[in-house]
Amino acid sequence: MSAPIVAIKVYLKVWGALLLLLALTVAAAYVPMGEFHLPVALAISVTKAFLIVFVFMEIKWGGRLLHLAAIAALLWLAIFFVLTFNDYLTRDLPSALVR
Amino acid sequence: MSDRRAESALSDQFESVEQQHGADLFGMWIFLATEVMFFGGLLVAYAVYRHAYPHGFDLASHRLSVVFGTVDTAVLLCSSLTMVLAVRALRLGQRLPSIALLLATATLGCGFLVLHGTEYYHEWQEHLVPGRYFQFEGPHLTEAQLFFWLYFALTGLHSFHVIIGVVLMLVLAASVFERRLDAERYIALEVSGLYWHFVDIVWVFLFPLLYLIGLR
Repeated sequence: MSAPIVAIKVYLKVWGALLLLLALTVAAAYVPMGEFHLPVALAISVTKAFLIVFVFMEIKWGGRLLHLAAIAALLWLAIFFVLTFNDYLTRDLPSALVR
Repeated sequence: MSDRRAESALSDQFESVEQQHGADLFGMWIFLATEVMFFGGLLVAYAVYRHAYPHGFDLASHRLSVVFGTVDTAVLLCSSLTMVLAVRALRLGQRLPSIALLLATATLGCGFLVLHGTEYYHEWQEHLVPGRYFQFEGPHLTEAQLFFWLYFALTGLHSFHVIIGVVLMLVLAASVFERRLDAERYIALEVSGLYWHFVDIVWVFLFPLLYLIGLR
């Protein structure tokens, strides 16, 4: 059940990749992309989170139960967002919330 | 010796150290799932209002310092590295390096808090704290105030988690020093590491959502 002890090099590589992605996300904020700002920023954040969860949090070596717990967290967050926006995007809203 | 240690590391309700280890990890992951929902509430509020007032949010975000935000993120990413290395060192029985790495993690956490405190101080001076002294040029005052309300709620809740993490690191460093944690009993360290990385991940999302919106 416990994860193997990994070479330091692996952690250093992930750390380097995280700092590169940080530089990338800052650089992307200065590139005119119109509507694509948010998706690009979120894609980079998701990649960073994935690296942290996979290697630093050892999900890569975790059992199915841990995978399930991690996926459940994301699933419930997704339900939260989808059901909330299902309401806000389709219902008649008070004028203050309409663009 | 190692047999007796393994004995004492095992609580009564478990069959084996392996089973106990799995239960500890599972418990932490479930806790982190509830933390996702905890931050999720504020993130949904953020998403709803940003969708409603995109322009006001862009203008308000431009008042935050990208330099500070970038350094904040880099500091937390480095602290995640020292955290994994601390767990690794303890598992290899390297007691003093593990303590040093835990103290480094706590120091980086404190560094983050000092940086963020400095930002709060600037925002206070620039009248960006929501309330009766809030000031914002142009027609988007209410919307900007809403952005700053969410900014302080999200970063405040996050910083509170960092404070807990720093205290946790100091307690763990003391435990390793007193040999209550060692190469066989490292689960408390590993589980605390999961918490620390989670706090890091929250910031990885907060940084672009708060500091980098709208074209700079």
